[in-house]
Amino acid sequence: MTNSTIKDKIGQFPRKLEDESIYIMREVAAQFERPALLFSGGKDSITLVRLAQKAFFPGKIPFPLVHIDTGHNFPETIEFRDWLAKETGAELIVRYVQDSIDQGKAKEETGKYASRNILQTVTLLDTIEEFKFDACIGGARRDEEKARAKERIFSVRDDFGQWDAKRQRPELFDMLNGRIAVGENVRVFPISNWTELDVWNYIKEEKMEIPSIYFSHQRQVIERDGMLWADSEYLNKEADEIPFEATVRFRTVGDMTCTAAVESDAVEIDIIIEEILSAEISERGARIDDKRSEAAMEKRKQQGYF
Amino acid sequence: MDILRIATAGSVDDGKSTLIGRLLYETNSITKDKIEALESASKRKGLDFLDLSLLTDGLIAEREQGITIDVAHIYFSTPTRKYIIADTPGHVEYTRNMVTGASNAKVSLILVDARQGVVEQTARHLSIAALLRIPKVIICVNKMDLVQYDEAKFEAIKDSLSSLVAQTTFEGQEISFLPISSLFGQNITQAADKMPWYQGNTLLGELEAFEFAESLAHAPARFPVQWVIRPKTEEYHDYRGYAGKISSGTFQVGDVIKALPTGQESTIASIEKFGEQLERAVAGDSVVITLTTDVDISRGNSLVLASDTQAPQLKDFAAHICWLDHQALSPGKTYLLQHGVNLTKAKISQITERLDVVAQTSSQDVDSLKLNEIGGIQLRTAQPIMADVYAENPSNGAFILIDEFSNSTVGVGFVK
Repeated sequence: MTNSTIKDKIGQFPRKLEDESIYIMREVAAQFERPALLFSGGKDSITLVRLAQKAFFPGKIPFPLVHIDTGHNFPETIEFRDWLAKETGAELIVRYVQDSIDQGKAKEETGKYASRNILQTVTLLDTIEEFKFDACIGGARRDEEKARAKERIFSVRDDFGQWDAKRQRPELFDMLNGRIAVGENVRVFPISNWTELDVWNYIKEEKMEIPSIYFSHQRQVIERDGMLWADSEYLNKEADEIPFEATVRFRTVGDMTCTAAVESDAVEIDIIIEEILSAEISERGARIDDKRSEAAMEKRKQQGYF
Repeated sequence: MDILRIATAGSVDDGKSTLIGRLLYETNSITKDKIEALESASKRKGLDFLDLSLLTDGLIAEREQGITIDVAHIYFSTPTRKYIIADTPGHVEYTRNMVTGASNAKVSLILVDARQGVVEQTARHLSIAALLRIPKVIICVNKMDLVQYDEAKFEAIKDSLSSLVAQTTFEGQEISFLPISSLFGQNITQAADKMPWYQGNTLLGELEAFEFAESLAHAPARFPVQWVIRPKTEEYHDYRGYAGKISSGTFQVGDVIKALPTGQESTIASIEKFGEQLERAVAGDSVVITLTTDVDISRGNSLVLASDTQAPQLKDFAAHICWLDHQALSPGKTYLLQHGVNLTKAKISQITERLDVVAQTSSQDVDSLKLNEIGGIQLRTAQPIMADVYAENPSNGAFILIDEFSNSTVGVGFVK
């Protein structure tokens, strides 16, 4: 794309998307007894928090923010999480993957690509059981990945948190059926119909705060599989993987072990948006966990992943 | 920037996935790594060209069977519009998905294979588009490359559809015909150099030019209450706001309204959105409305203009229904009926007809409706529902039926 077509494509945030998402937030509060918002610290879940604020203003968000902390998060993310909870007055619940490991429920991966991404599912399911959450709001978008393109807005999971593509309820017009049996719960995706660009345009128009790692900064990184990875104590480096300093930013915020950085000078949101439009790599491409196999995401979803 | 929702429909092999893939490809909506993934997947299949259908055929089962089995949502945008495609399967047994995908659509894309001409599915899809009051239908005669881009072939297909179109269409529905080749990118976003005899719009041109949505703001005003906001804080001690999404029409500050089903009247004191005070709000807006007086209103109630004497309250009414569940609809059974956000019990007192959407006929001697069948029913509800006749106000005229025991959504109804 040339620069002029990039500028043409930026466009505006389609405001109707916000109306639809607010509608979904209100349906969750009304249809479920113990809903929760799964908060990762990434831009999508930050957007969810803003939408929840708007849906119930001047009332408070009527459900807690739940963070499944892998222990491998970027420190900037944790700092931001705590700030946002305070700022919005929302209740914050944190549960730790480390506890699941210590209890023998989850086993740390080994090797070069070891990450705690999959282990999160164990802690999440335990947390759902602990608090008897019947609806968990997540920031998944259908444009992220092929298996997600088929996800419903209200996605029913069984006792084991599993997703069954064939058992999904049809969703007609804007009517959402949240009725479930005891033990079942629903994952709710209020920004299903947003694209990455929509999220960024929204953050810009709403002048929202986001964690600093989304913007360009200096960082020690290593190069692996043609991508840059943040150097940290959690990353299993090989002998020839020598850290060096680079000017980078992150397009998504996951664990330090499985979120790649991109070289970037983007220090403000307009430049980030232009960068996205001219980017040659789609968003989930910067996450190693999806690359394991073409059907990786669908398999993880069947096991109860977000 | 507005959003245009499109539903695609077609039989298994008429190239729907390729068409969508082509649309994405030519609007620069696919990034480099996705194209690379496509190249390697195409190679694995032993193809020497880019199989664009692989972009949308997502699930594992589909890759095994080579067909699309569920509704997939696909996104692209132009400088003026965001497009959402609900890609729905054309299998007979998956008609429920087609209805589902089409329920939000303003445009229905129907594919016809130029070699095969009109098939049973074409008639089914035209009928469903009409039943759902989809305001625009684009019939894409695809695979023109396989009939040597022959104009006579295209015209023959158009002619063979004309009587069916005349039977199904309703006043105000736009129907257009396009000769295309998805595989070779003829007439998708660029004019077809292989078909100089065709002078009309490309597919994208047709979508960009389509105007809609104004009608909704002029429909009768309907505001279903989703949630009552009562902060009970110092600052908002006596605050009581009614949160919801306007389903049709327009509301303004100062409007005298009544709450249904109680009929109590009041006046709109404010229309708010996250603290912002609005003068008016229209269909599709999620807002909070406050009233000048205390009225007993809860979730499931509807606000309408007090002057609106036609505002409906239905307890015993007729509807079209499309059955979505493996367990057939049986009269006498109690279901939960959800109209918008309002939930009540309902009993089907009678099945009045079963429609054959292909032959455009109906039979009256019916005792049940099976999965994917469309019929007429008479039903009774425990509490009144504030639904309009679907054909007159589609955004407030549909409902779903839920099985009380399985909790599944088993049917979708359209008030007659």
